[in-house]
Amino acid sequence: MTAGVFALEGVCASRGGRSVLRDLDLEIGEGATALVGPSGAGKSTLLRLLNRLADPDRGTVRFAGRDVCDLDPLELRRRACLVPQLPALLPGTVADNVRYGPELCGNEADVPHSLELAGLGRSYAEREAGRLSVGEQQRVMLARALALEPEVLLLDEPTSALDSRTEAGVEATLMRLVHEHGVSVVVVTHDSGQARRLARRTIDLRPEAAG
Amino acid sequence: MTPVDITLTEVAASLALVAIAAAVSLWRRAELEGDLAVAVLRSFLQLTAVGYVIQAIFDSDSLWLVALLLAGMVAVGTFTARGRARRVPGALRPIAFALSAAAGVTLALVLALDVFPAEPRYLVPVGGMVIGNAMTAAAVALNRLGDEVSAQARPLEATLALGATSHQAARPLVTGSLRSGLIPLIDQTKTTGVVAFPGTLVGALVAGAEPIDAVRLQLILLWLLLGSVALAGLIATSLGYRGFFTGAHQLREMRPAEE
Ligand SMILES: Nc1ncnc2c1ncn2[C@@H]1O[C@H](COP(=O)(O)OP(=O)(O)OP(=O)(O)O)[C@@H](O)[C@H]1O
Ligand SMILES: [Mg+2]
Repeated sequence: MTAGVFALEGVCASRGGRSVLRDLDLEIGEGATALVGPSGAGKSTLLRLLNRLADPDRGTVRFAGRDVCDLDPLELRRRACLVPQLPALLPGTVADNVRYGPELCGNEADVPHSLELAGLGRSYAEREAGRLSVGEQQRVMLARALALEPEVLLLDEPTSALDSRTEAGVEATLMRLVHEHGVSVVVVTHDSGQARRLARRTIDLRPEAAG
Repeated sequence: MTPVDITLTEVAASLALVAIAAAVSLWRRAELEGDLAVAVLRSFLQLTAVGYVIQAIFDSDSLWLVALLLAGMVAVGTFTARGRARRVPGALRPIAFALSAAAGVTLALVLALDVFPAEPRYLVPVGGMVIGNAMTAAAVALNRLGDEVSAQARPLEATLALGATSHQAARPLVTGSLRSGLIPLIDQTKTTGVVAFPGTLVGALVAGAEPIDAVRLQLILLWLLLGSVALAGLIATSLGYRGFFTGAHQLREMRPAEE
């Protein structure tokens, strides 16, 4: 038995006043876990509960055995870093974006290294973040999460805008992080192939697939 | 300064201009005449009422009554500004604090530095001017902040997800909306006398003051206003942004835009 990374008990969550997750019990173990389900099933909503960007209406979320409400939310977000579904970069250069997270806690980021891990050349560092393609922005979002050297990566469709070759590169990075650096990954994906390639376990959030 | 004596006939005569504007509006079907009439009527009733209240306060020469009147203005100003900053959760307290601080600090400084004597004749108009302008600045800044936060919700959350505090994440938006609340007054101050004659200068000149005296008075009031309104905007935005976040640095779900 591996120790659980996240555990949800009786979690109910709503967005915009509508109930999205109902009485959800879930264990997310170490390694890579894929989160699948139809659009609107609540995959993004679930990820936001894990790093406490939002709190459930009812139930508990545990991280490494502890109720997330008992943890410092900022530290939790650095240890379990979320890459949101839609890119949202800060104004400035790519390097500014990659440095931002580590700088918040007084650390220096290895910008070229993070960029390369995310499948971007180091030549991207001085590019204007607002003038990148969506797929490039997506990888900068990943790079700035990697710069925090998190224990867990919460990835919301991280390769949805990438061509298959770039996607394969990102997947290889994720596999290396999981297998060589002991990072856990929770990845939301619409691609069952990606779920199979990456994840040891797949969680289906389809309402009728409960359990 | 020579006291001015103005008859009601003279006041009524100034309406002729509004009448001309209303006639043009009717002729051009600009549908402005209704608003003009309401504006004339309201300004007449409100200013007349205020005139009597101020007269009563001057007659009583009571600083307590001054404080009461200004507190009433802060209360009305707070609710008015809150009405324009509906999208800011819990805006009432930051606005109330901003307006009271602006009025309180200004009057305290005015008295401490002996700018004006401690008489209702000075404290009422200065306090009223400060509260009115602070209200506008706070309302504009918070209204803008609400729009910005709802437009920038995704980048804000993405920043929070990197471990930023709500303060760090919101800082650029707070700075931007503070500027938009203060820019009108700052621009007006920069161009004063060149592009526009401010009201005090006009009033003092018409009332018979020497130009240099009128200018000095205008400068005092302009600078008091600039400082106090900037202070109000700073307080309103730097307290107001917190309403968008929970204690755990989460962005609250915004209520949909109203109106
Ligand atoms: N900001 C929001 N305000 C109100 N309702 C929302 C908001 N975001 C999502 N929802 C609603 O919550 C439900 C779950 O959304 P969520 O984003 O978790 O779905 P998802 O499984 O990630 O879907 P997708 O695969 O399309 O990304 C949807 O019905 C959606 O309409
Ligand atoms: Mg989603």
